[in-house]
Amino acid sequence: MTASATAPASPEVTAAGPATGGAGSRRLRGARNYLPLVPFHAYVGLFLILPTLIVAVGAFTTVDGGLTLDNIRRMFTDDVFVSAFTKSIQLAVITAILGAIFGGMLAWAIVRGDPNGQLRQVVIAASGVLAQFGGVMLAFAFLATFGFNGLVTIFFNEWLQLGVLPDPSWLYSLAGLAVVYTYFQIPLMVIVFLPSLDGMRQEWYDASESLGGSSWAFWRNVGGPILAPSFLGALLLLFTNAFSAYATAAALVSQGSPLITLQIASQMRSEVVLGQENVGKALALGMIVVVSLAMTLYALIQRRASRWVQ
Amino acid sequence: MTGIGQGDLGAVAPGGGALIARPTGAGRGRRRSRLQTSGRIAILVLVFGYLVLPLFAMLEFSTRGDYGARNLQSYAAILDYPDVVDGILTSLEIAVLTVFGMLLLLVPTMIWTVVRVPRMRRVVEFLCLLPLAIPAIVIVVGIAPIYRFMGQNLGVFGASPLTLAFIDIILVLPYAYRAIDSGIRTVDVATLADASRSLGAGWPRTMLQVIVPNIRGGILSASVLAVALVLGEYTISSLLSFNTLQVVIYLLGKRDPFVSVAVSLAALVFAFMLLYVITRFAPGAGERTDRAVEEEPAS
Repeated sequence: MTASATAPASPEVTAAGPATGGAGSRRLRGARNYLPLVPFHAYVGLFLILPTLIVAVGAFTTVDGGLTLDNIRRMFTDDVFVSAFTKSIQLAVITAILGAIFGGMLAWAIVRGDPNGQLRQVVIAASGVLAQFGGVMLAFAFLATFGFNGLVTIFFNEWLQLGVLPDPSWLYSLAGLAVVYTYFQIPLMVIVFLPSLDGMRQEWYDASESLGGSSWAFWRNVGGPILAPSFLGALLLLFTNAFSAYATAAALVSQGSPLITLQIASQMRSEVVLGQENVGKALALGMIVVVSLAMTLYALIQRRASRWVQ
Repeated sequence: MTGIGQGDLGAVAPGGGALIARPTGAGRGRRRSRLQTSGRIAILVLVFGYLVLPLFAMLEFSTRGDYGARNLQSYAAILDYPDVVDGILTSLEIAVLTVFGMLLLLVPTMIWTVVRVPRMRRVVEFLCLLPLAIPAIVIVVGIAPIYRFMGQNLGVFGASPLTLAFIDIILVLPYAYRAIDSGIRTVDVATLADASRSLGAGWPRTMLQVIVPNIRGGILSASVLAVALVLGEYTISSLLSFNTLQVVIYLLGKRDPFVSVAVSLAALVFAFMLLYVITRFAPGAGERTDRAVEEEPAS
C-alpha cells in the first residue's frame, strides 16, 4: 500500500483504494488503521500476557510483595522439584523420539497412498482427535487396557493362564507414562509432519534417479537433508507437548507428584502452607523457560525448513 | 528404505520409490513397489494396532455385562448421573461460547491485518502462537488470582463455569489461527475487500457477506478444533474447580469406572465424527461453491 509512487498505473494501486492526502492525514489514517486491532490485543493481554506476568513477578516476590530469590533457589535445591523437572524432561525426550519415529513412519505410509483416499482422510481426522485425546479419557483407555480389570491383563491372566502381567502398576511408573504419552505423540507427529512429506516433489526423486541415484542415495543426499529440519522441528514440538502435559498424568498417577506439572498443581492446591505460596509460580516460570527455549529453537529450524517444504 | 537397484541404471525400476502415488506407473517398478507396499502395510498394522487397542479395550470394558454377557447398560446409565449430564451441558455451552468468541476475536482481526496493516500480521501471528510456549498449567497458575477477583467482584457471572470460555479461547488460538490463515491464503482477501468497498459496502457488510463466505472452510475447521479442545479440556477446569465434562468423567471414574469409560468413548466418537465430516466435506483449499468462484479473480 505504500508503493504508490513507483508505479502509479499498475492495477494493484487502483485496487488499493483512494489516493491519500498529505503526510499528516496519512499518519492519522495510520493510527485509525490500528484501532480495530485493539480488542484482540487487549484480550490477549488480559488473559494471556497478564497471567504470564503474574507468574513471572510472583516467582521473585514473597507473599507480602517483597523481592526475593528464595522461590527460585528452592526450585534448584529442593530434591522433589529437581527430580520432578528431571523426570518431566526425560519423559518428554523419550516420548518425543518414540512419537516422532512411529508418527513419521505412519505419515510416510499415508503419503504414499491415494491423496484423496479414505485411509488418508480417516487417519487425518483420527489424528486430530487423538492428538487432543490426552487427559482423563486417555488414562481411562489405558486402565481399560492394562489396568487390573483391563482387556490385556484379563487376556493374559485368564485366557492364556500365563500370569505375564501380574502387576498392572507398571502403568503408573515412568515407563508406563511413556507408553501412554506416546499415544498422543504419534498422531501429533502425523499432523505436524504430513505437510512436509506432502511437499516432497516427485521431480526430485526422478531427478535423483535419472542421475543414477539409488533409493538410499536419494534419502541420504536429497530427501533426508530436506526433511531433517521439519523432523527436528516436529521433535521439539512433541517435546513441549509432552513436557506441558498435565491431565493424563493427573488422572493416572494417584500417589505423589513425580512430574513438574503435577508438582505445580499440588503447590496450587496447598497454597495455605506459609512461606511457600509463590514456589508454584517459580516452578511455572521454570516451565516457561524450558518450553520457550524449545520453541525458539523450533522457530529457527522452521524458518530453515520452509525454504524447501511449505 | 531398501537399497535395491544400485548401479545398473537399466535394471533400476523408477516409480517404485515414488513419494506420491502415481497411477500411471503401473507397469514399472513392480519389485520394489511390492516390497515398499508390504513395508507400508506392516507399519500401518503396527502403529494402528497400538492406536486402536486402547480404543477397543474401552469398547470392550464399557459393554461388559454380568457373567460375560455384553450389553449397553453403561451407556444407558449415563443419564442416571445428573452431574454427568450437567457436565456435558456445561462443556457444550462453553464450546458454543468459545467458538463464537474465538471467531469474533480472530476473524475481523486477521482480515483487517491482511487488508489494511500487513505489517501487523506477524505480531498477530506471534500472539496467536504464543499459547504453545505457555503451558496450560502455567496459565492456570497466573490466571487463578484473576478468576478469584472475578468470582468475588462480578457476582453470578464471575463465578460461572462459562467464564472458562475466556481461557479456552486463548488455548485454541494457535490452532484456530492456522486454520483460518490457511483459508485466507487461498483467497485474495485484499482484492475482495477493495472490490466490495468500491461498490459501496461498509466494513461489516464486506466482512460478513463477502470475505467470510470465501474463507468458511477455514472458519469451519477452526470451530471444530475449538469444540474438540473444549470437550477435552481438563487441566484448567479441574484446577479452577469447575465441573466440566472431563472433571465429571474423572470423578465418576472412582465411583463407576464402566460408565465413565462409556462417556469417554462416546465423547471421543463424537469428536472424531465432527473432525471426519470436516476433513471429508470442507477441505478448504480448492473446493468452493460456484458463487465464490465467480467472485474470485482469475488466477
